[in-house]
Amino acid sequence: MKKLTPAIKLLPKLQVVTKHAIKLGEKTIAKTENIGSFLTEVANVFLFLVRTIKETFSRDFEFSEFLRQCFQIGYKSLPLISVTGIIMGLVLTIQSRPVLVNFGAVTMLPGMVAISLIREMGPVITALICAGKIGSGMGAELGSMKVTEQIDAMEVSSTNPIRFLVVTRVLAATLMIPLLILYADALGILGSWVGVNIKGDVTFVLFFTQAFRDVTFMDFLPAVVKSIFFGALIGFVGCYKGYTAGRGTESVGVAANSAVVLGSLCVIVADMIAVQITDMLLL
Amino acid sequence: MNTSQTKTINNDSFETITDESVIGINNLKKSFGKQEVLKNVSLRLFKGENLVVLGKSGSGKSVLIKCIVRLLEPDSGTINVFGEDVSALNREGLGSLRKKIGFLFQSGALYDSMTVQQNLEFPLRRIKKNLTQKEIDEKVKEVLEHVGLSGALDKMPSQLSGGMRKRISLARTIVVDPGIMLYDEPTTGLDPVTSDEISSLINDVQLKYKTSSIIITHDIACARMTANRVIMVLDGEVYQDGTLDQFEKSTDSLIKSFLK
Repeated sequence: MKKLTPAIKLLPKLQVVTKHAIKLGEKTIAKTENIGSFLTEVANVFLFLVRTIKETFSRDFEFSEFLRQCFQIGYKSLPLISVTGIIMGLVLTIQSRPVLVNFGAVTMLPGMVAISLIREMGPVITALICAGKIGSGMGAELGSMKVTEQIDAMEVSSTNPIRFLVVTRVLAATLMIPLLILYADALGILGSWVGVNIKGDVTFVLFFTQAFRDVTFMDFLPAVVKSIFFGALIGFVGCYKGYTAGRGTESVGVAANSAVVLGSLCVIVADMIAVQITDMLLL
Repeated sequence: MNTSQTKTINNDSFETITDESVIGINNLKKSFGKQEVLKNVSLRLFKGENLVVLGKSGSGKSVLIKCIVRLLEPDSGTINVFGEDVSALNREGLGSLRKKIGFLFQSGALYDSMTVQQNLEFPLRRIKKNLTQKEIDEKVKEVLEHVGLSGALDKMPSQLSGGMRKRISLARTIVVDPGIMLYDEPTTGLDPVTSDEISSLINDVQLKYKTSSIIITHDIACARMTANRVIMVLDGEVYQDGTLDQFEKSTDSLIKSFLK
């Protein structure tokens, strides 16, 4: 009995160690499962991308649906983008003017606003607005089509749903979002002219001449290229989230929400990469 | 009330049934995770017959017909449709086979963004590509008249009642003249009168378009009106196979409780 006493004294400590070991094991398993589901999601995104690219170049392109989507994405977003564009230019001008006045560089205001809008603010803010409006719309529409078996109905009537629903939407977003961005840039510069005229008197022609004197083709090119990527990303993320939505009605909301969140995040990350590449190429 | 009338219709349709099997399913198994939905299902659908698959909710009835058109991939077993092994078909082959099969979804599955006319034209334009616009219009008009909704051409799905949606959905399915019809709970969520109308339409489709059908339901009134043969699925397995009369005369307590 005397020999066993030290071992008995150790028992409570052993129990504590065992408890911690079990907890550690459970946490490890949970982490592994999380990593597993993350990798599965990455693989699913990749497969969906491959299917979309494959169907983009297949025969029987759904041209009328593509035109309908261009109308939905482009024309129906005009009011929102118009308001956003004008306010963007107006606010940027009102905020920058006092600083430039202090430095005696107020004549540089039109050029500065134009370059800021064309290179960065126009593409990013418009793309974020589009991620909210267009991305959520796609996520909710395709999600509800999934829940109400419309995608299955399309499949059994010998129509490829990826070709009809996804390819048309991604291509329409890739084409229309850069156009919306250019439109927002133009209205932003118009808003800036309005902003300048709140405390001054500059003619429309003079303002635009000064604004575009400092803007070069190399300001437009990277902005247009990244806008195309923003459009493709917003379209793809919206379609992916909607198409892979679960079966319940709750999943429609989840799909719309995650389309906006992931779409916006993709825009920000893509912008960071685009800026780095542009900087490296000294554009 | 409708049983006697229906039995007359069933007797008519019995004459069109042949021994030729259009669907043959052998030892079909399908699981979702650890849940075994179909354990070992084997059945035959004969040409011209209406086969009703009865069973409780969650017994795997819908999964069974979704496996037939490969909306779901079975884990094991074989499915032969018109003599072709469905699992062995490539994408083109599967597309060709699906053109011969009509699928009426439980929810109707009408395309929300399209009018009734566009909904009906959608499969027609893709499956029968050589039709002219005039022929398409005539075909759409014909099927709409058949389901009794010729006036609904320009309506959106959101403007239709539940029964109307089911009828339009049926019209969209038969517009391409399928050889086989798969009905997934055709009368669920409808009032008894509309349910009877849909059941009558199923019989009309069988006679007019010479279709062979699998009707998934737990609605006994619908089964009584449409069935030439009945299969009862229980816990993912075929529990009983026979005519409706055999089911009605059965002393099995489970079958009795289902037919109450």
